[in-house]
Parts: sequence; C-alpha cells; structure tokens
Amino acid sequence: MRITCPLCGARDRREFYYSGAAVALDRPAPEAGAEVWDDYLHNRDNPAGVTRDMWYHELGCGSWVVVTRNTVSHEVIGTALARDEKGRGA
Amino acid sequence: MRIDGKGLIDRRKPISFRFDGQRYDGFAGDTLASALLANDIRLMGRSFKYHRPRGVLTAGSEEPNALVTTGLGPAQEPNVRATTLELYEGLMARSQNRWPSLGFDLMAVNDLAAPFLGAGFYYKTFMWPKAFWEKIYEPVIRNAAGLGALSGEANSDKYEKAFAHCDLLVIGAGPAGLWAAMEGARAGLDVILCDEDTQPGGRLNAETETVGGMAGAEWAASVVAELRAMGNVRIMTRTAVIGAYDGGTYGALERLAPEVAQRPGAARECFWRITAGQAVLAAGAIERPVAFRNNDRPGIMTAGAVRAYLNRWNVTAGRNIAVYGNTDEAHRSVRDLQAAGLHVSALIDARPHATCDLDVPFFAGAEVSNAEGRQALEAVEIRTAKGVEKIRAECLAMSGGWNPNVHLTCHMGGRPVWDRDIAAFVPQPGAVPGLHVAGAARGVFDTAGCLADGRRAARAALEALGRKAAEVDLPEAETARYDIWPVWAVPGKGRAWLDFQNDVTVKDVRQAAVENFRSVEHMKRYTTQGMATDQGKNSNVAALAVLADATGRGIPETGTTTFRPPFVPVSIAALGAGAQGKGFAPQRFTTSHDASVARGAPMIEAGLWYRPSYFPQAGETHWRQSCDREVQMVRRAVGVSDVSTLGKIDIQGPDAGAFLDMVYTGMFSTLKEGRVRYGLMLREDGYVMDDGTTARMGADHYVMTTTTAAAGQVMRHLDFVHQCLCPQMDVRFISVTEQWAQFAVAGPKARDLLTELLGADQVDLPFMGCGAVRIDEIDARLFRISFSGEAGYEIAVPARYGAALFERLCEMAEARDGGPYGMEALNVLRIEKGFITHAEIHGRVTAKDIGMGGMVSAKKDCVGKPMAARPGLSEDLREELVGLRPLGEIKELPAGAHLFDEGAEAMAENDQGYVTSSCYSPSCESVLALGFLKNGRARHGERVRLVDHLRGVDTICEVQDPVQFDADGGRMRD
Amino acid sequence: MGFSGWRVLKEGLTGNKGWQPHWRDATPKSEYDVVIIGGGGHGLSTAYYLAKNHGITNVAVLEKGYLGGGNVGRNTTIVRANYFLPGNSEFYSHSLKLWENLEQDLNYNVMLSQRGQIMLFHSDGQRDAMARRGNAIRNQGDDAEILSVGALKRMLPYLDYEQTRFPIYGGLMQRRAGTARHDAVAWGYARGASERGVDLIQNCEVTGIDREGGRVTGVQTTRGAIRAKKVAIIVAGRSSQVAAMAGMRLPIESHVLQAFVTEGLKPVIDHVVSFGMGHFYISQSDKGGLVFGGDLDMYASYAQRGNLPIVEHVMEAGMTLMPMIGKAKLLRSWGGIMDMSPDGSPIIDKTDTEGLFLNCGWCYGGFKAVPGSGYSTAHLIATETHHAPAARYRLDRFRTGRGLMDEEGTGSQHNLH
Repeated sequence: MRITCPLCGARDRREFYYSGAAVALDRPAPEAGAEVWDDYLHNRDNPAGVTRDMWYHELGCGSWVVVTRNTVSHEVIGTALARDEKGRGA
Repeated sequence: MRIDGKGLIDRRKPISFRFDGQRYDGFAGDTLASALLANDIRLMGRSFKYHRPRGVLTAGSEEPNALVTTGLGPAQEPNVRATTLELYEGLMARSQNRWPSLGFDLMAVNDLAAPFLGAGFYYKTFMWPKAFWEKIYEPVIRNAAGLGALSGEANSDKYEKAFAHCDLLVIGAGPAGLWAAMEGARAGLDVILCDEDTQPGGRLNAETETVGGMAGAEWAASVVAELRAMGNVRIMTRTAVIGAYDGGTYGALERLAPEVAQRPGAARECFWRITAGQAVLAAGAIERPVAFRNNDRPGIMTAGAVRAYLNRWNVTAGRNIAVYGNTDEAHRSVRDLQAAGLHVSALIDARPHATCDLDVPFFAGAEVSNAEGRQALEAVEIRTAKGVEKIRAECLAMSGGWNPNVHLTCHMGGRPVWDRDIAAFVPQPGAVPGLHVAGAARGVFDTAGCLADGRRAARAALEALGRKAAEVDLPEAETARYDIWPVWAVPGKGRAWLDFQNDVTVKDVRQAAVENFRSVEHMKRYTTQGMATDQGKNSNVAALAVLADATGRGIPETGTTTFRPPFVPVSIAALGAGAQGKGFAPQRFTTSHDASVARGAPMIEAGLWYRPSYFPQAGETHWRQSCDREVQMVRRAVGVSDVSTLGKIDIQGPDAGAFLDMVYTGMFSTLKEGRVRYGLMLREDGYVMDDGTTARMGADHYVMTTTTAAAGQVMRHLDFVHQCLCPQMDVRFISVTEQWAQFAVAGPKARDLLTELLGADQVDLPFMGCGAVRIDEIDARLFRISFSGEAGYEIAVPARYGAALFERLCEMAEARDGGPYGMEALNVLRIEKGFITHAEIHGRVTAKDIGMGGMVSAKKDCVGKPMAARPGLSEDLREELVGLRPLGEIKELPAGAHLFDEGAEAMAENDQGYVTSSCYSPSCESVLALGFLKNGRARHGERVRLVDHLRGVDTICEVQDPVQFDADGGRMRD
Repeated sequence: MGFSGWRVLKEGLTGNKGWQPHWRDATPKSEYDVVIIGGGGHGLSTAYYLAKNHGITNVAVLEKGYLGGGNVGRNTTIVRANYFLPGNSEFYSHSLKLWENLEQDLNYNVMLSQRGQIMLFHSDGQRDAMARRGNAIRNQGDDAEILSVGALKRMLPYLDYEQTRFPIYGGLMQRRAGTARHDAVAWGYARGASERGVDLIQNCEVTGIDREGGRVTGVQTTRGAIRAKKVAIIVAGRSSQVAAMAGMRLPIESHVLQAFVTEGLKPVIDHVVSFGMGHFYISQSDKGGLVFGGDLDMYASYAQRGNLPIVEHVMEAGMTLMPMIGKAKLLRSWGGIMDMSPDGSPIIDKTDTEGLFLNCGWCYGGFKAVPGSGYSTAHLIATETHHAPAARYRLDRFRTGRGLMDEEGTGSQHNLH
C-alpha cells in the first residue's frame, strides 16, 4: 500500500502510523457532555467503503494526513494535510 | 531414460548428484526431476496420507509428488520440488515421508486402511476415552503427518530482501510476457521482466514450435538478447512473483543460481518488493490431470510435462507411452514422441468427434479407466464404446485441458470467471488495479494469440501510463484452435485422485457432499483438497467440477476457486531476511555507552536503548551488592547517571505555553522563565499517558522531557494536538532526544561537584530551576531536578560532548566518594521516593489513582480532562497507589503479586490490588514496594495479605504512603 | 447419528454408504422465537446452547455465506484462558472449561490439544507484568506458571537465546492452553444445534431489522421477511453494518489480521509460543503446518487480506525468535476482519431495542471465546439477564468508564489492542 503525503509525495505505507477515523479532528467542547464525548472517542461509522482516516507521516515529515480511502478495495482516493482539513472546518 | 535430441541441456557439462544416497549423473540444465528420469528413476516420493508411491507429475513449481529434502544440518531444506531444483555438482537429495525407505514404506499400510480414513474421518472418532486424544491418538497422527522435516538447527544460510521500482512489471516470460516486455521497452518504459524458470521462454522451451521463423526457444533467446541490450529492461529469471498487493506493489522471490548461491557470503534467495506503475500478468497456464482409478501411479504425468521432459531435457519416463487427452494437444504429444523415436501405444482422445491423421492406435470418445503397476506404471485400461482394453505403457501423458494461472488476480479479492469455451476459469477483468492479463493466463492458448495478447496488454499499460506505443511488428507464430471436451473424473470403481499430495479422491469429494459439505469452501476444508503444497493448482478446478456434479449444480454456481498469496511457497528466511536477530529492531546507544561497557556495566534494553544495569566494583559478585552501594553512594555522596534516553522535545513559539496547557494537566503558560515544572499528560480517554518535566528556557521556549518508553508516542501526540486540534496555535516543536546528552548528578555532594565544573554562580539555581550554562566554551543546560530524592541536577550538552562530559563527571564524582550509578540503583532510589515509572502508569491508571488528581487544573481544558470525569474513572474505590512494607516472616514483596484483605482467600473475587515495583532499600533497610490497592490512600497503616502463587510467596505487609524515604522532600530542596 | 470409532469402522466395512449430512439445510420459516444473525462460531454456539441449556429450539441461524465462513474458519486456532482483568478473567476461564468437555458434549472431535502456551518476556518490567497476569489467572483458579530461562531452554531448545535483539528472560506458561481444529468447532456446533431442531440457513443475508415501538419484530433477508420475538446480532467483521440496520452506531473499528501457514512438516514445535516483543505467535498443526500470526495491518479494512509490511515483520520476528524455521516455506496467508473495540474486550449485551441482542467486539479473542460466548449469549437471550462470567461485557462501559477491560493498557484507540 502506498500513500501520497501532501508534502513528501507517494511513500510506502511503512512510513506512516495509522490512528483511526478522521472524526478525531472534531474534538467536542469540554462541556459537551458524556454522550457526545463517548461518541467522539468510541463510536464509529466504520464503513465498508469510502472512509476518511488519520495517518501520521512518522518516518517522514511528521504531518498528520487525512486519507480518503476505500476499506474494501484499499484504494487510496485522496490525501490532505490534517491542518488544512481542520482549517476548512472538516 | 535420456534420448538424443536438441534440448536445452548442456551435454558437455556432466554433473553428478546423489538421491537417497545413490550416485547418479545428469547434465547442466537438468532439474533433479529430469535427471532422475534420465536415470530411470520414476519413484520419487510418497503421498501424505496413504503413503502411495509417487512419481513426478509435472515439470513446474506446481509439482505435488516429487518433493525432496536437500542439504544437511542447518542447511537442510525440506519439500524442495525436484521439478524446479537445478542440478548442481554434489547435490544430495533425499526422499521424504517414508520409512524405512522410499521403495519399502511401512506407512503404506495406511493405504489398506483407506476405507476407514476417508474425508474427515478424524472428526468422528478418537473421542473415547477422553484422555486418549492427547496422549495416544494425536501424537501418532502428528508423527505420521507432515512431509519433510526441519533440521531443528538455526538457519545458517544468507537470505536477502530488496526493493525495486519500475514503470512496467511483466510477470512471466513466455511469448505473451516477452512480447509485452518488448512493447513496453520499445516505448521507453523502465521494465522488469520476471520469470520463475531458469530461462525465459515459457512453453516455447518445451514445445517444438517455430516463432518468427526460428525454433521457439531460439526466438525467445533472441528477444531476451534484444531486451537486455536496451538498457531499460531488467530481466529477472528464477524470480517468481508471489503476490499482488495494494498500490501496485508485488512480492517476488528470486532464487539465485546454484553456482552464485554457493559463493562465499552470497545469498540463496532474495525477496523483492516491486512497485510498478502498471503490470502485465503473463503467467501462463497449468495443465490439469484427469481423475481415474489409480491415476497417481509413477509414470503418469501431465502431457505438457511429458513434452517438456522430452523436448527440453531429452528424457522420457518410458519407451512405451500412452497419450490421453481431450484437446488437440494430445495429438501434438503423439507427434513429438514419435518424432523422438518413442513408441506411442495408444492415443486416447476423450472427444467423440475427434479424428486422427497420425500412425498410432487411436481411440476417440474413449477414456482411461484404470492404471496398473504399483511403484511404476505398467499398463492402462481404456474404456471405449466397444469395451475395455488393456494397453501396455510405462508412461501415460494425460491432459484434462489447461487452467489459466489466474492466481495473482485473486490476491486482492478478485473472483475468476468461468469460461465455458475453454472449460476453465479466466481472470476477472480489473481484479487488480493496473494489472493487465495476457496470453494463456487469460485463456489464449496458441502462440500467435499470446503474442498479440501480450501486445494488447502492454498497450493498455502504456495508455494507463500516458505513454505512446512504439511500432513493432509481431513475429509470425502458430495459430491453433482450442477444442476441449471437458473430462474431470472418469466414472468407475476404485479411487481416483484429485489432490495427489493430500490424497483427496473423487470419492472423498462426493462423500463430503453427502455429509452436507456442499459449499466449495466446506468441501475444501472437510477433505483438505487444495491445502497441499501445490495450493490446489493441480486439483481445484477438477474438485469443483466433481462437487458440482455431486450436488447437481453447474460449475460456476458451485463456486470459484480462490487463491491467496504466495503463488509459490516462500521460505520464511527470505520473507524475514534483514531485520532479524540483533537487527530485529534498531539499537540506540547513548554517548556514555562505551564508557559504561568499559566500566564493566551490563547493558540492558530500555525500549530501543541500552542502559547500564549497574557498575560493578572489585569484590562485588552479585548485582545487589553493586546496586546497594550505588544507592548509598547517591544518598551519601554523589552519583552520575546518563538520562539521555528520556525523550526531549524543544518547543518554541508565542503559543508554546498555551499549547503545553492543552497537553498537560497542569498550567505551563504561567511557569516562570528559568523554572521547571513536573507535568502529567493524559490520553484523550482520561488515563495517564506519560509524565516528565518541562523547563521554560525563555519567553517562547520550553524543553519537555518524556519517559524513555513513551518518547515516540508523545511526539506523535503533540503533533496530533497541534495539527489536528489547535492548528491556529503559533508553536513549533522538534524532537532533540539525540541532539543532547544529559546526565543526572545527584547526591549531597552534587552541588559541590557542579561548582567545580561550572563555577558557583552558574550552579546557583533554586529547586526546579533551570538555565543556560557554559562548560568551558560549550553551551550547556542545567536543570535542578531530581528523580532520586537527593539534591540533584541534570546537565545537558550537545551530544558530541556527551562521552567526554560523562568521563569528567564520573572522575569528579569518584573524587568525592561517588561515581556512576545504573538502572538498578536508579530504580531503588525512585521506589524509595514513591516516584512512578511506566510500571505504575501502565495505561490503566488515572491521575487520581497515582495521587495526582490535584494536578488536573480546574482553570482550563486539556486533553483527557473531559473523559477523566467519567464516573468509572473518577469515583471512589478505584485502586490507588500505595507503598508497601513487609511485616511477616517472609521479606519479599515480588512485583506482580496480588493483594488481599488479611485472612481473605487468595481468589479473584477478593482481589484488592497488586504490586507494581519492588526493591530492597538500603536507605530504609527494608524491602519496599509500590502497588495499587483498592481505596489505598485511605488504608495507610492497614495490614494486607500479599500472595504470589507463581513464586510461592504468601505474606503480610503494611500499607504505606508511596513516599517511604524523606517524606517531606527536604533532601531534594536542600 | 452418533459418531464413534465403531461407527467409522462399520461404515468403512460397508462402503461408507451410511453417513448422513452433519446438519440439515433448512428453508426459512415465517417466524421464529429467536433469529440469530450470523452463522459463525459464536452464532452457532449461541444456537446450540439456546437449545441445549434453555430448551429454546424454534431458532434460526441466518448466514449470508456458508456456515463457519468468517473468523472461526480463518484464525490461528489458539485456545487459552490467560487474561488478567476482572471480566475477561472469569469469562475465558469459563470458556476454557467448556472447551475441555466440548468433544464429548458435541460428539464431534474438535481436536482440542492442550499442548500448553508460553508467553515469553524480555525484561524485568515485562516479567513483573507477566507475574501480575499469572497470579490473576491463578486467583481465577486456572493454571499458570513462570518458567525460568533454564526451563525454557529444555522445553524450547530451538529459540535463539544468544543472538537476539530482546533477550529471553523467561516465560509464563499455561499448560491447559493449546489449539483446536477451527472448522470442526463450527461444524460440531452446527450439527449439535441442527440435531436439536435449530434451523441453519445458509446463503441468507439479512438486509434489514424490523422494529416497532422500540421492540424488534423480525428481519428482512434476501430470502424474505422473517418474524422473530428476539434477534441477536452475532456477526463479528460486519457488526457495524448490521447494527446500523437497527439504528446503532457501534464502538467498533474493523481491522484486518493476517495469519500464515507453512507447508506440512514433521513435528518440530510442540507448544503455542508467543513472542510479545515481536508480535509473533506460532504453533504447529496436527497436519504439520506451522500456523502463525502477528499484529494487525493497522488500518481499517474489510478486505480479508493484508499487505507485505506485516507479512515481512511477522517473518522477521519468527526468524529472530526461532531461526530454525527459516527453511520452512510459507504456503498460504490470509486475513480475517476483526471487530476492534476501544478497550480490546468484547460486548455481549442487550440493546436499546427490546428483544435485540448484540455480541461483537471480539478483537482477536474470538476463537477461544466461542463456547463461552455462545453459552453466555444464549443465557442473556433466554433469561434477559447477564450470565455471570460475561456480566461485564456491557456496551455502556465506554460511556461510563466503569469496568473497562484494557488488557494492553493502550487506551481507546481501537487498533492498539
């Protein structure tokens, strides 16, 4: 599997660390309540199909990358820097 | 026997070898199988279950029968296919799975018991008496199972791994692959052409065809020469592409030629990771056997193998040969055999409509119904419309048609598609992105068709790459129609083999269907069909057809065969080459490493780092003596310890303070410049992730330390918090763990030592103070922090000065009755003081559990704070950090022991906690421990029972405050 | 039809003509007391125990593919009870006891082989953590013992004790742990359930879960609607999709775990050996193949296949731990889809929909859990109360933080367990 880091280009999957769904970007307000926090941290759409998840270019530039990917075919559809996605209010 | 002919062996280079101890001769270019046939050896192996005598069935890597063991001692290699084993001088091969000998195998008695050993028999028996399964039945089964044996000795041969990149990977160098490579190369692509055989050419090396006006093998050689001359093509023979993976990545196993592998220091095999822009799969096809009674007798081979042995290696398994087939290929076999001067005793063509223009006893619409001869074929029984006839034959060339090698197209979940015209599965188009299938692998079986298909596939790849095709003329080649009459299993009594090695017969598949194993997956799992070393290459389709028949369904409705990587078995040594042994994980060394080793310190693993365990001195014979001395040395004088392995992160920017407030439970934006603060970091789920100190070196500049174990995790976490949670913050940070060497100098004489080193004014720091200092001309940093409970400092210098500083600090310490101390002493010092490590913050504890609930600032949010408020993490009666001291007779409090109320039975329901760390404390003259105890902070002074079942300790201890030495911390602040 | 050595003998002498289907293929009825979605190990064992322990036989097991086609048929066959946190400890203890009587109970040889599992440790800190685990196992009444390096060298002489990156300090052994023939477990439960009247329905995919007024009323399937008083979702690997049919969003992320088998070899590895530092574990099957595995591929996936980085890492670990396996050849690799939960432990619980039950989140623990999981799930379905050994497998524990069972201590990131 190869992932295109927006800064470094196409790299082997070995250079990246995976952490989970890109909902991680949407940290709730501290006072949002137990349900919201439970949902944020634990519950997942977990689609069999296209998903967005978080990859860290650990053996590269240190960027967190949002990867749009298909969980069934493993096709990588697109990548973007997490900080840009965050800026877009993703 | 060897015959005359113009094969691809080199008769000028004889080679002698041994098989089962007997010496034989062959030629360069032979495989073990061809050389054995040349020496009239037809019996080459024994089957898995019934120990049936077996000869070679094929001429390729799919061989199920002729498996041998080579090498001795650590070089012993089991299950080597005689069909792909290149002959080399001194080769010693041994047959497998027989006792006492290949010719006389006592385990062949299993064959007589076959009625009781049918598919799945073991699921129905061996259950009584209960204890017998593990004591008697299973050991017998285990010893009988398996084919070859490992030596049990560590592998001593060299294996390698490598990466390669190309525009176009061509898999298979038969006509389709060669031409695809040619088209790609002419268009200017970087091409890698792989073939598992020793020479490119594929079936052209085994047939008597002409291509481009030349003999097929010659034409292949000329194309190879042309490709090699082009400079943008890498031709990898002996290289089997074994798997298709995501992103255009392919795995490939290269066997080095024996003469190369035997050079000193050379590798035997290399496992390649090839990343290709596009790929062409031209892996050819595998001929399938026909199931009839006793179709496993030595001498019965696939017709393609018979022709390969004849035309390439000039050997035959007999003078009298019968040919049985269901396509025109059978006639081709007869032609080749007769041309070589061999006697063809019958041509049995399953097609009722077949005609024959050859001078041979011809039987159309007939079938072979039985074979005679036990260790070697003697005759075949044929059934025609007129009745049954027996025909003498030492060899039967059989063909049930060809199965395209769709394997790689299944590796990413593709399902092959049934093609009625050729009665075979063909690849699902697009099953692997960027992989174009060509030639026989796609069901195109004639040479002219393969060449054109290779062109088509290469041009599709070129188009995908956005490149223009070059104008190249296709060479002339033979065209042929593939007219097949499907024959899977010949009806009749007796056992007819589908999976040769695993001894799965037609009856077994039918029996499975009767017992409701009607799904193809159930049938395979129940009968073990397809699970032998050929991975079902010889049997899957036929078994599926038999199952379809048994269940009254068509083949495509019954299911498909699926193939999983690897295409051919790959040695673990090749796949695991490189990062193994000491190289399994990186080794990280501190700047004081050599000095520590020179001082006799045993170096132990700390994460990826190595740290000194203790520094033995003359007369010390046990680590405890050294450890106790070092602890007392720190408590009474001064000790030096390398703490460089702790993670160090340099954090700068106007928002550095705010950023730290977000990642730490405590407040860091208010930390004064020149001051250090202890920080606790939570995971977002509210549990403690790590701890450490962070120093404010300037208004916008902090230096964070992490634990050794969590340095990487913390760096990743900081990047996450910054980039994903608060990208608006103006802060930058970088790991400087390896840029700074850092040493703890601790003990009552630490200040005195550092005064000598730095001068009094530079050392004049308050407790938890920090500052830039200079040692001679070097910029350094000094922190007044302590992990020992003594007045202590940590001094950091650029790593290149670390070794020198360590020596100097040790000398200065030794001049003050001090010296270096190791991890053992460091651990004792911190347990005495109740300081935690990852033994305590093991991922399941909260700040409150370790008595640091008060460190979670109420004034701000931080990572982990919301979830730490969950009732399960915040309510009372959780296990809390306590100190423990022994009270009973036994003065041991082993870490890992569990705690119970005094008098309570040591069982799970009564569990009150456990010990995390334990040591002998010379300072307290007692064994001390840290641990977690339910509601522990309220239980100081209580007696609890400590039980270590594993090491037989059962004692009483007293619950204490975790800080068991210098409770008010006066020594640190002094 | 009972299975026995005598029966095999008798059938062998009479042409093996008397064997019957191991289970009945049923066609769906319009209504059942209980519908179990998922014909894997857990679904089949749940059906079996519903019938056997609770007398509930008007039960259908709906399987979209073939019985036992999920993770029960694609794992590394290890059976053990060496968990240490409350909840897991008693559950796996109960499950192992069921294993030990399973062949007699099912009259099916699932080939449980208690050859012993050894978990190696490589530092003082790991020894302490392993001792804590071992003592917890003993507190639970199961067996565990610490082995010294000397004892290990006698038992596992083929490990590399010298030239290895992480020296071996010792091992924690559970002698009652071992392996079983994975497919046979599914088939044995299928046969047992079928004999007791349960309808096993293959090639029947559930496409919807019917609810009315907060109560489950049945399921929609590719073979028509089926009414049911109770429905259980037992579909590890597809849990999120099926639960979504009932409006639920689960704390599950699906990951691929690869497993590997070599060509058949004469006996060389007698135990189950686990090398935690290398994420590697291995045993040898009765057929002679070395069966081994490693860590997740570490990205969410529904493909039953993985990639080379983990393949290579597993082989490197194997070569590091036991370099004598170098000349064994990898024959087949495959992947299973793991329901990864936020604490690495499973869920057996009711849901907010009355009559709808959930069994998921087995991470890699699923195979050894099959008997216990079915037993406890059947109890929950039949009695509407939690079975004591599985009482902590609540869905709400993540929200409340009460009773989390994070054996690895890695926190809520799903793939780290």
